[in-house]
Amino acid sequence: MAAVILETKGLTKSYGGLNANEDVDFELRRGKVTALIGPNGAGKSTFVGMVSGRIPATRGQVIFDGQDISALPAHKRIQLGIAYTFQITSVYAGLTLRENIAIAARRRLGKDRKAVQTKVSGVLEQVSLLDRADQDAGDLSYGHQRVLEIAMGLVQDPRLFILDEPTQGLAESEVDDFVTLIKTLVGDTTILLIEHNMDVVMRTADYIHVLDNGRSLASGTPEEIRKNTAVQAAYLGTDVDA
Amino acid sequence: MSDTKRSHLLHLGVIAVLFALFFVLPAYHVGNLSRIMVLAVYAMGFNLLFGYTGLLSLGHALFFATGMYGLGMAMNSFGIAAEPALLIGLICAVVMAAVVGFLALRTSGVAFMIVTLMFAQAGYLTILYFGAYTRGDEGFVIPQPDRMIAGIDITGETARYFAALILFAVVFLLIAHVVRSPFGRTLVAIRENEERTRMLGYDTDRHKLKAVILSGTISGLAGAAYALLFGYAGATFATVQYSIFPLLWVLLGGAGTTLGPIIGVAFMFYLIDLSSSVTQAYMLIAGVVLVLLTLFAPQGLAGELRRRVMRWLP
Ligand SMILES: Nc1ncnc2c1ncn2[C@@H]1O[C@H](COP(=O)(O)OP(=O)(O)O)[C@@H](O)[C@H]1O
Ligand SMILES: [Mg+2]
Repeated sequence: MAAVILETKGLTKSYGGLNANEDVDFELRRGKVTALIGPNGAGKSTFVGMVSGRIPATRGQVIFDGQDISALPAHKRIQLGIAYTFQITSVYAGLTLRENIAIAARRRLGKDRKAVQTKVSGVLEQVSLLDRADQDAGDLSYGHQRVLEIAMGLVQDPRLFILDEPTQGLAESEVDDFVTLIKTLVGDTTILLIEHNMDVVMRTADYIHVLDNGRSLASGTPEEIRKNTAVQAAYLGTDVDA
Repeated sequence: MSDTKRSHLLHLGVIAVLFALFFVLPAYHVGNLSRIMVLAVYAMGFNLLFGYTGLLSLGHALFFATGMYGLGMAMNSFGIAAEPALLIGLICAVVMAAVVGFLALRTSGVAFMIVTLMFAQAGYLTILYFGAYTRGDEGFVIPQPDRMIAGIDITGETARYFAALILFAVVFLLIAHVVRSPFGRTLVAIRENEERTRMLGYDTDRHKLKAVILSGTISGLAGAAYALLFGYAGATFATVQYSIFPLLWVLLGGAGTTLGPIIGVAFMFYLIDLSSSVTQAYMLIAGVVLVLLTLFAPQGLAGELRRRVMRWLP
């Protein structure tokens, strides 16, 4: 298996005159955690939107596991094993937690009710939400809704798991649980993590890719990025791990 | 008891009650109930799309009328027997729903409502335009001797009641099955959050098209059965009014519940029946009751029941 699971070439998104992403070339290593960082408005969500197919690209290529998926609609890309969590929580507010996760599980497990049930309970346990399984998702706290969003990705056993600011709005202890969870997935799952919390980035990421103003600014190991002067400048002169 | 078991018992129970009512009710109400059950099939078709998938069509009369004329004209213009005519009505409805669904689903929200409304209007005008064959507004009667199914004359009150009950039961159980199946749960997911569902890897366009086709087919089946059981087909059934009726029934009974359609149709039928026996201004009474229900039971009767006491109600 190639070491690179995902590659983009010249990926560009224009909104009117504004280029939210401009010629982004990117490589993602299999089985590793890669953090995508950059200031607000840098184009991180736009980028993963184009990778997952949610946002149509203006031009450029997305190659997943050797296959050019640029022309595939979002659901076909997801079916290839890409799971996507939204930056703005997007759960089924009117349905129970269990049903939320079951919908995510059923796409693969289909009519096998038993398998769906087992899988869903397993994931609920994994994210410590089993005791709330029968509540409506809309009644959960914001933090729990974020965790549910992650659980809906997990239950798909994705090959590539894209998380858009998953720790936003989580309490300190929940952030720790998240870091632990990510570490258990490493190896089987490739993780692309958009993250503002530099502490989380430094604790989880094997590689970091920096976007600024819609363009790739730098990429490398956390150590390399920490020392990169262009990155420091983009973060207004502050040290990135501050 | 598991929710699945409860659900089976509930649906079989409803059918058993309808069966028993035939022996208990006076003839007048038996006649009403035959009509209510057939219209409830229409409402169930509509509910699958509106209540479960979240797509509001304002043109379902087109599907009802397609089934009705498919059967009616096959019998009257071509002298085809009732059973194959029923099949023809059904096929016409499938084709119509597939075409309308394919085109209308390029839009969503208000545009979908307008497009379906326009299709239905076009259908209505087509019926009038070909008045030489369809008899337009006046409609036509399907002669009594032709209305036989499997050698049984279904024009009598008893046979008609049981024909309506069988039709109702089949569709009722089918819907109960569908909405609990992975397909039905996906429709609900689309209703609740289409974007999320797409990003979980579901082909939402395909699901919506299937929902329109199934919904339109069931509505068409109701139209064909109505023509067959009550012996009449007319352009009235293709008017906007007949597109609005299922919406009212389903809202009153409870959108997105399996019981909602039959409850809604029965409720409205008897609301108009009772208030018109009291006063000339019966639409006023009916209107006030409808407004009160909308205010105090916004999820419809069965929806309220689910919210307050029976959360497992499918
Ligand atoms: N639908 C849209 N229409 C117009 N501009 C958009 C749209 N979505 C994002 N943008 C713009 O694109 C830029 C990148 O946004 P985004 O990808 O959300 O950044 P990030 O996730 O890094 O904060 C921002 O300037 C944003 O205002
Ligand atoms: Mg963002």
